Amino acid sequence: MKYFVYIAIERKEAILDPQGKAIEHALESLGFQEVENTRVGKFIRLTVDAAAPEAARAIAESASEKLLANPIMETFSVTEIIPIENSHRPAVHGRTTAA
Amino acid sequence: MRTRIVVFPGSNCDHDALHAVKYVLGEEDTAFVWHKDESIGEDVDLVILPGGFSYGDYLRTGAIARFSPVMKSVIRYANEGGTVLGICNGFQVLCESGLLPGVLIRNESLTFACREVHLHVERHDTRFTNDRTLRKTVRIPIAHGEGNFIATDNVLADLEAGGQVLFRYCDREGRITANANPNGSRNNIAGIMNKEGNVMGLMPHPERACERMLGSADGRGIFESLRSFFDRESSVHLRERAMVA
Repeated sequence: MKYFVYIAIERKEAILDPQGKAIEHALESLGFQEVENTRVGKFIRLTVDAAAPEAARAIAESASEKLLANPIMETFSVTEIIPIENSHRPAVHGRTTAA
Repeated sequence: MRTRIVVFPGSNCDHDALHAVKYVLGEEDTAFVWHKDESIGEDVDLVILPGGFSYGDYLRTGAIARFSPVMKSVIRYANEGGTVLGICNGFQVLCESGLLPGVLIRNESLTFACREVHLHVERHDTRFTNDRTLRKTVRIPIAHGEGNFIATDNVLADLEAGGQVLFRYCDREGRITANANPNGSRNNIAGIMNKEGNVMGLMPHPERACERMLGSADGRGIFESLRSFFDRESSVHLRERAMVA
């Protein structure tokens, strides 16, 4: 079974994020006064061949530890695992459940 | 001084480094090593990881270069005490490889910084900084978007306590000030070495400042330091062999 595994990589809170700050200033000037502490990270989708979702997660976590994230400055989390064959959802991230 | 310069796809200061060592210093035995080569060769004195944008800086600077075939032997060579100099992107590769602590992130200004800076040389007793021309504030260019050196408080304290910081950004008079810091690096750090003293990385480009014609020849001191170090080492080696004989 193949799975889409979505990984979010964020900078640790203690590490400055000048890019996030610049975006926040732009949002502020557009009137988004409610927004604060904007951070920029990375979003990676892997297609993983595994026996079960948990096995796919383990592979993605191992890949994140070895290469995708640098533990000195980043944390990662697997945000979603979606079986591809059984999914009629489009291959994009995001909850598409109808109301 | 048998010098090998690693060429990654996207390296763009490899020829500058070769020019500095082979033609300015006149060290004939200087050559490139391709990133797919599994070996750097025998009896190498110095490995240089040059500046550039290895693998397009994809994912993180230096992150992918670290896993190229040649890096396995560079890491082994460094762990056995071999001398490695990482310049700019080479410094980033050394941090990603774990051969040097910390990491280099986007400049605080978010802009690419390309200009001459002044550096305070912190120590004069290392293989990288023993040349007498380095006993002053030196002028060397920088050219990077991600040269902001960061490390956790503990790692930073270790670096400082262990005398591993070799270069700091300073002003013309040698004062280490926030204004003289071009990228936001912690403690104005421009270059560090490992605990053992055989691996050094720095963001500024000494290979671009080895001839007066280029505006500054201050960078030459780093290569001259290494040459004197290896000359001394080989004479000690010869004496020892003579004694055994």
